[in-house]
Amino acid sequence: MNVLLDHLDLFRDGFLGTLALTGASALISLVLGILIAGCRVSPVPPLRAFGTAWVTLLRNTPLTLLFLVAFFVVPQVLFPGINSFVLAICALGVYTSSFICEAIRSGIGTVALGQAEAARSIGMTFMQSLRIVVLPQATRAVLPPLSSLLIALTKNSAIAGGFNNVDLFNIQKTLSNDGFNILVIFFWITLAYLIITFAISGIFRLLERRLEVAR
Amino acid sequence: MSASVLYDAPGPKARARNVVYTVFGSLLVLGILAVIVWRLDSQGQFNPKMWDIFNYSGIRQNILDGLLATLKVFALAGLFSLLFSVVLAVGRLSDHKPVSWLCTGFIEVFRSVPLLITIFALWIGILDNLWSDVFHLPGSISVNPMWALVLGLTIYNACVQAEVLRAGVNSVPKGQAEAAYALGMRKTQVMTTILLPQAIRAMLPSIISQLVVTLKDTSLGYIILFPELLQTARLISSNTTIDGDYPYVPTIIVIGAIYIALCLALSSLANWIERRGRRGKTGITPAKAEEPAEEATV
Amino acid sequence: MKLRKTAASAAVVLALAATAACGGKEGSAGDEQGGKTDEKALPTYKVAEKVDVDSPVLEKAQKRGTLVIGAKADQPYLGFQDQSTKEYSGFDIEIAKMVAADLGFSPKKIKWETVDSNAREQAVRKGDVDLMIGTYTINDERKKQIDFAGPYYDAGASLLVRKDEKDITGPDTVKGKKVCSIVGSTPLQTIKESKYGAKVTELAKYSDCVKQLIDGQVDAVTTDDAILMGYAADNPKKLKVVGDTFSEEPYGVGLKKGDKALQKAVADALEAHQENGDYKKAFEATLGKSGSDFEEPPALEEK
Repeated sequence: MNVLLDHLDLFRDGFLGTLALTGASALISLVLGILIAGCRVSPVPPLRAFGTAWVTLLRNTPLTLLFLVAFFVVPQVLFPGINSFVLAICALGVYTSSFICEAIRSGIGTVALGQAEAARSIGMTFMQSLRIVVLPQATRAVLPPLSSLLIALTKNSAIAGGFNNVDLFNIQKTLSNDGFNILVIFFWITLAYLIITFAISGIFRLLERRLEVAR
Repeated sequence: MSASVLYDAPGPKARARNVVYTVFGSLLVLGILAVIVWRLDSQGQFNPKMWDIFNYSGIRQNILDGLLATLKVFALAGLFSLLFSVVLAVGRLSDHKPVSWLCTGFIEVFRSVPLLITIFALWIGILDNLWSDVFHLPGSISVNPMWALVLGLTIYNACVQAEVLRAGVNSVPKGQAEAAYALGMRKTQVMTTILLPQAIRAMLPSIISQLVVTLKDTSLGYIILFPELLQTARLISSNTTIDGDYPYVPTIIVIGAIYIALCLALSSLANWIERRGRRGKTGITPAKAEEPAEEATV
Repeated sequence: MKLRKTAASAAVVLALAATAACGGKEGSAGDEQGGKTDEKALPTYKVAEKVDVDSPVLEKAQKRGTLVIGAKADQPYLGFQDQSTKEYSGFDIEIAKMVAADLGFSPKKIKWETVDSNAREQAVRKGDVDLMIGTYTINDERKKQIDFAGPYYDAGASLLVRKDEKDITGPDTVKGKKVCSIVGSTPLQTIKESKYGAKVTELAKYSDCVKQLIDGQVDAVTTDDAILMGYAADNPKKLKVVGDTFSEEPYGVGLKKGDKALQKAVADALEAHQENGDYKKAFEATLGKSGSDFEEPPALEEK
């Protein structure tokens, strides 16, 4: 108990750090994921190839390797002086985007072909059929995998703690370095992660219920 | 590529437009690649001297050692996690409420904690603390980096695999278990001879997909400084100077290719099993290899 | 599907070509000066026979036939492992060889174990290594967990900067600059204080910091001057050490707490080799090459 109370500000910083890392990289991965999914389902072959290469390469690369690229290659090749937080959310965002792309693609795949054909035959434009028919159904199919992807992202964000970012893993490292009992630290860190993951799955369950329709 | 949910089979106008998009798309992709290659080249990363390090037998041996360390950890963690996952899955499905609760709690907790946190705690000596501070037992437990990595991977992946197995057991038609009970089989017999074999068979693609995740996660050994493939890459890069620069880019490209090759080989095994399984006539369709159950994806 | 298979097999071929252990050039890759010591100038140490020290750690090592010594692997001229030959070299390594010789172990009987900064106490406490010799500063915090023999060298915190750096000339000029060091290191805590007011970057290894310094991600690296001079000597075109030292870091040999006999044996060994000149020779063949001047070793306090 004392470890928590004596270091409440450290734990708070770590908790907020994990939240910030997760939130920012979730945003990046969603934007990138949607873009790449757009490439993968587009009728343009080079874009499709690009999307496939992106997904295949990133899904089969360990995240730690991407962190290595972000911290030791990107500054040298692009320009120096990039903040550690930015590098970390780029690594996390790019990695997760490949999984999000696949979730979206399979979500679109769940919409029956007849639905789109029906929409087109009653004269809906591309945008209309996308907005009124395809996307609402696809969203419902995408939500459950998206929820587990975001939970996985939260967990993966711990790696950033090993690369000059203040998050819960960083706090675990700092406190155990100061000689506190790892059992107690582990307990509180675990609790913090449980809170975040439960919150994410709670929010998504709420969303799923809001979007639910009788079929 | 004929019709899809998103667009109809293209007519003459759309085809013309697609050609334009194709040209622009290719230019864009090639442009991005060109910029990357140009930047790397201007930093001297394609200097033959940079890549010459891989011509030394010592460096090759080093990479090979790192690869073997990674594969060793993967083999141990894969094996142990599969064995442990059967225990956890059976425990969670058990009729004895305390056993079921215990297993459910264990699975839920260790699935929510980042693997890195568990591995780090094991490495620092959480088991030793449990042993002497909580249970007050004599002696001590020492966990070296390799076993911290293996144990951490085992615990986390066993929890995920247990959930995969549970889904597999639930996918076996209820009638089978009922028929087995009607024949007078005991609970253990039903589980081991009827349910589990079919569950494992049905879930094999998902199980292998999760093994790919296990393989990728061995790279967390980097953080606890266990000399696996990635840590080897870091040491090679930092301890070799070439004209005042360090060969991070060449090493990362080579090591990355090895990881991607290993993972692709495992995934194609999963796909092959899935296709082969579909030919079987068990009435249970194997899970799709591409999407492992629940949050097993990452 | 076909595409994926082709990609996989291409990658496998690439990987195999890269890792095939057969053939290839002998020797060490990279620049000639890269962290290599002057082999010829190194002294040889006479291995003692029939060593009888009443120490449980040493008895275990004698039964095993090898002495396990924890060392650093990424610090040129101090504790450095060539990645092509897997050989360790540097000043700390020579100190380790001296001590091992007096404990009855020839260099071939030493099993080197790479132990990084934040794992040292643990490695000694749990008995993973018999002796820890790797830029190991003696301080009270550590003395609670383990014992030291020494000090055998007096280092002090300093700053490593890029060769073209003009603003940073010492610890008083780092205000608002990004300074890198490893997690939990003492110079980092010092430089963070309002007196100096640097922005800190914490990474796992000094070599990571040096890489970030060269890339321009950070403006300086701080740790013991001996370590920094090693890096500067390893890469003289791009790096230099500036300013006076702003802390005292006496290096000692870490060993298991309570093993008084071993502590005394190690201290005696250090003293003997300092007196017979091996210490100076070893210094000049290693750290001396990086531009550090030889100074008389400090008086042994922990023995």
